[in-house]
Amino acid sequence: MSRRTLAPFGRRRATVREARGIGAYDLLACENPGPAPRPGQFYMLAAAERWGGGAAERPFLPRALSHLRAPGDDLHFLLEDVGPGTRRLAELHPGHELWLTGPLGRGFGPPGEGRRPLLVGGGIGVAPLAAWQDDLGATTGGTCTLLLGFRDAAHAAAAALLRDPLVATDDGSVGHPGVVTELLVAELERDSGAVVYACGPPPMLEAVRAICAERGAPAQLAMESGMACGYGACFGCVVPTREGYVRLCVEGPVLDAGSLESALVMGAGH
Amino acid sequence: MSAPARASRARGSSHGPAPDGRTSFCGLELAHPIVNGSGTFDAIAARRTFGDALLTEFPFAAFVSKTVTVEPRQGNPPPRLWEQPGGMLNSIGLPNRGLRGFLEHDLPALAELPVPLVVNVMGFTREEVATLVGGFAEREEVAALELNVSCPNVETGLVMGADPGETAALLARVRPLTTKPLIVKLTPNASAPGSVAEAAESAGADAVSLVNTLRGMAAHPRSGGPWLGGVTGGLSGPAIRTVALAAVRDVARRVTIPVVGMGGVGSGGDADDLLRAGATLVGVGTESFRDPAAGTRIAAELAGLREKESTVRG
Repeated sequence: MSRRTLAPFGRRRATVREARGIGAYDLLACENPGPAPRPGQFYMLAAAERWGGGAAERPFLPRALSHLRAPGDDLHFLLEDVGPGTRRLAELHPGHELWLTGPLGRGFGPPGEGRRPLLVGGGIGVAPLAAWQDDLGATTGGTCTLLLGFRDAAHAAAAALLRDPLVATDDGSVGHPGVVTELLVAELERDSGAVVYACGPPPMLEAVRAICAERGAPAQLAMESGMACGYGACFGCVVPTREGYVRLCVEGPVLDAGSLESALVMGAGH
Repeated sequence: MSAPARASRARGSSHGPAPDGRTSFCGLELAHPIVNGSGTFDAIAARRTFGDALLTEFPFAAFVSKTVTVEPRQGNPPPRLWEQPGGMLNSIGLPNRGLRGFLEHDLPALAELPVPLVVNVMGFTREEVATLVGGFAEREEVAALELNVSCPNVETGLVMGADPGETAALLARVRPLTTKPLIVKLTPNASAPGSVAEAAESAGADAVSLVNTLRGMAAHPRSGGPWLGGVTGGLSGPAIRTVALAAVRDVARRVTIPVVGMGGVGSGGDADDLLRAGATLVGVGTESFRDPAAGTRIAAELAGLREKESTVRG
């Protein structure tokens, strides 16, 4: 199965179908104006109105978001209002329009023979794991373990978007009190034949990378970096790897953990 | 220098494209006047993302490569980007495979594009620029060369494009090496881009392009230190549009060679402004980050404006 669905050339207009709050997050659903994406791929999103375009305002550049799911003719995105771009996207209502470029990048790869998929998500990073969990269930038929970490109960509300998660919260209000990587260590001690798929904040991804490296478990990390274009034009989203800098938008956003010295990416989340 | 290229030095081309959009530039016949700014579109990476649709829907009338240097470069440490009102700062640091790597890996792929190829080169000494110009002089895949003169000459300490004497000396060294059109990319960070443009023309340049990005710096929101890994960066986007328009007008009035105007172009109207200020071609850069097909849209909007104009004039 290819890890990359080619995108139609240029951005496409898409009408918002649904926008609702899920705890501390927002779910944004719109029509899909292109082909079905692979899990772990991403889109560049901008509201069609009040998004730069000459006025002296931010946001100006589109924002990179992996899809949560792509059911039927729709695309679902999970948002967290952390800056001017995500705030503007969170203001959209059904009938409003978006600009979408995508699907972009290279998504998750198959687990390999006999390896049990172990999915680890942190905060807003749980989004691409939903599509991947669905896909793994459909293609392998087997079950995969899903570990999700959140700050608190309001953020942990997003866990309901995925199937059968084990949840950890920093404040202990839901599930395991502590960080999700403690659950990961316990799982790997129980079954060392796992392949880990992770998405979350850089410190979490770095912890996952180090834990997996120590135990010899292969891991694929869906990463984030400040990105202007999403298709290799701006060279802005590079992350350091053992082979030098790579553009996350064309070589990633899913990278093999083994290719990284560190998953602590500079400049993410601006 | 080929005969058609010499003929194109006539002042007539500065009034913009023919009614059907076709544009002559340094002996090249282009379908429309919209090209990309160097370093703002990677056609090889875009083909991996969009497939062959990139070739059938190619957004530019000519393609300008990223800057090629003699030695390979990794580029600057991240973060490399900063969004600001009306634009962005970048500190990319000219990552590229170097001359040998470009000739081996990039040039064959870029030769498959359906439009003429302009290769942008930069050296840290005049001899390095000479090596690069010489390296492309006999390559028939290359239609023209653009000289990035926005960096300091490590031997003199002067930015090659910020001092008319430096620019003239550079042209004197590389002009004899090729008959291909040479475009000098001017920096707006020079005190007098018009004087540099005149020096370039006198020393044999076939065209000038401007503006490159404006130098800027962003403070880290928490530490207060520099945000960008390269400390300072180049500002682009709508924020520099009026700066570019003034610079293009000044330069176009002082030279008779064609001018490639760029800086913050996001619409056909913006392109039209630069053409009316004296540009022959218009470069699109940052807007392509917002929409990969921006070049196609801007060329269509420009054609629409010209059609409307000819209808009004009867």
